[in-house]
Amino acid sequence: MDLSYTAKQNAFRMEARSWLEENAPGEPLRSFDTPEGFEDHREWEKKLHAGGFAMVPWPKEYGGRGADLLEWLIFEEEYYRVGAPGRVNQNGIFLLGPTIMEYGTPEQKARFLPPMASSEEVWAQGWSEPNAGSDMANIQTTALIDGDDYVINGQKTWASRGAYAHWLFGMFRTDPDSSRHNGLTFVLVPLDTPGVTVRPIEKINGKKAFAEVFLDDARVPRANRLGEEGAGWSVAMATAGFERGLMLRSPARFQNTAHRLVELYRETRDQGVFIDAGLKDTVARCWMDAEAYALNTYQTVSRLLSGGKIGAEASLNKIFWSELDITMHEAALSLLGARGELLSGAPAAGNVGEWLDGFIFALAGPIYAGTNEIQRNIIAERILGLPRK
Amino acid sequence: MEFGFSEDQTLLGETVRDFLQAECTPEAVRSLWDTETGRSDEFWTRFSEVGVPGLLVPEAFGGLGLDERDLILVLEETGRVGLAEPIVSIAAGVPLLVSLGQEGQTALAEQWLPAVATGEARLALGHDGSPFVADAHVADLIFMPHGDDLHALTKDAVQLTAQPANDQSQRLFSVEWTPQEATLVATGATGRRLQQEALDRGAMACAAQLLGVAQSLIDLGVDYASQRKQFGVAVGTFQAVKHRLANAKVKVEYARSVVYRAAHSVALNTSGRSVDVSMAKVAAGEAATFATKESLQVHGAIGYTYEQDLHIWMKRAWSLDLAFGSGAWHRARVADAVVDGSLPAETFGYTPVAS
Repeated sequence: MDLSYTAKQNAFRMEARSWLEENAPGEPLRSFDTPEGFEDHREWEKKLHAGGFAMVPWPKEYGGRGADLLEWLIFEEEYYRVGAPGRVNQNGIFLLGPTIMEYGTPEQKARFLPPMASSEEVWAQGWSEPNAGSDMANIQTTALIDGDDYVINGQKTWASRGAYAHWLFGMFRTDPDSSRHNGLTFVLVPLDTPGVTVRPIEKINGKKAFAEVFLDDARVPRANRLGEEGAGWSVAMATAGFERGLMLRSPARFQNTAHRLVELYRETRDQGVFIDAGLKDTVARCWMDAEAYALNTYQTVSRLLSGGKIGAEASLNKIFWSELDITMHEAALSLLGARGELLSGAPAAGNVGEWLDGFIFALAGPIYAGTNEIQRNIIAERILGLPRK
Repeated sequence: MEFGFSEDQTLLGETVRDFLQAECTPEAVRSLWDTETGRSDEFWTRFSEVGVPGLLVPEAFGGLGLDERDLILVLEETGRVGLAEPIVSIAAGVPLLVSLGQEGQTALAEQWLPAVATGEARLALGHDGSPFVADAHVADLIFMPHGDDLHALTKDAVQLTAQPANDQSQRLFSVEWTPQEATLVATGATGRRLQQEALDRGAMACAAQLLGVAQSLIDLGVDYASQRKQFGVAVGTFQAVKHRLANAKVKVEYARSVVYRAAHSVALNTSGRSVDVSMAKVAAGEAATFATKESLQVHGAIGYTYEQDLHIWMKRAWSLDLAFGSGAWHRARVADAVVDGSLPAETFGYTPVAS
């Protein structure tokens, strides 16, 4: 155990820091759940890509710089340090990208990864269906082979970024006689395919964060299949592991929020505004938990770099960060008192609106990527070994 | 940057685990409860043969010359079996003697360190966080604070009054003594610093034990819920039961890396040491005390009986949570550091822009 960085790691940190300090937008961009904000974020991604920082852990040929996971953590620490924008293509770069890296053919890697790294093509997720939520194996949407195509019929829902994305990845039933986890195939679907209808869904703040996607005889080339025919479940589980795990939820995000919360506490106290007596303790707990999340991630990364694998423990992560995120935003809103309910544009809101936005965003955490109840089942059965039946 | 343990460190932890699981069974723990001292000289001798009491003793004094990164997994194993012996002697007493030796008390270090390594002598430590001293009755040398001063007292210099505690494994004493020139071993800033270091080391050791205690509480709950049938099925098939134990597991795993990092901070005496240790004590204490409630509830009425072994670990969780600064005290220490800057509180990896 040696918790100091190497000279190479420190040099990489400084390189990332100076580029980000010079290039990151000084002001928050408009929400990527609006048409104009979506384009703002793609512009930023383009700049990030040109600077060589769009996807640092990817191989150079796909638009990355071949960094290891530790350097990835370092990059994220610098990214959040300067308050750089959220990643509009996170479904692509953090979830589908690593899955293509693992299961894709050379042609698929060359076709999909570079425009993903630059966010020229933004991806939406197509897992859930009206009757396949927590019970994802109940997928009904079919993709039947017809010549060189799949003909897709059915409906996907809660497709994150679906309102403005260009592509959708998901699981479809390619064997109509199959049930549950069998007979599913992972297919990549262009959202401009004839027969595809996207209907945005507004989340509780009215922003179009996700969408329903209707597929009526939508024809997609069979070459868009990722992994083997009928092996969609295991391909999807690898993707879900990335989602619950460390790529998408790097600790710096939560450490940054915890730091801003401490600052908010100090400012509020210094203004002499009423503060609930328990809030100092809550704020310190949030800070501690964000640190615990960082330490846990570093420990996991050390294990992965020594050849270990990430498995069911991704479910521990998902519960921990999603609950922490809510607790931090609740604490901030308590500190803000009456100002906490102001929307970003309100004249008296100043810069406090980001806490409300963050709170609304955080509320979704325990639901998406497998509800926390599903994660608890996974922990109980696959880590603790409690009986399924 | 390497957060993992070396093969040697892992192997040492496994060796001690095997030893303790054979030696420190629930029956052995219970049989000691009924003895006058509650401690086993014979066990301590064998523990010394494995090398544990002398782990931090420098090689020149007959020890293994290792540091806290080597010790932490061993301490976790002592918690896993609910061991009731003066662990503080190993984790805080030894480094204190080493430091005193470096501060000019060479005779003291030369006299006691070899004896601690062989298991012939045990150490106890009084501190400002508690009016009581654990294991003073089996200690051959007791360190006591007196303001900033630190005294080292042999058995004949103290009068002990036993204070029976809820945890039968815990042996607490009030210590009556009179500060004298002959027992004074450190003063002023040095005395204060050594007291602080010893408190941090004691708290780190408790945190590691709490990690093991918490895992055992979960394991007992899992075993019981897998066997106990109601409504024709194992109660562990019910989500309401599963989720309690899953929640406890989340807390344990998120305490684990915090405890390991505290060992690193103590070993290297980093500037963030005290806050890192407090975070570990809080996280592990909360994981363990939370696990007591979840495991008890999963056991139901049987877990509330004296006959069932569950309370061995429940009581360890409660007493260790109070030892070397209660969870509440450590939480307040972190809060003062983070919010008011009373102590250095360093973020790991991420560095905020200075405001």
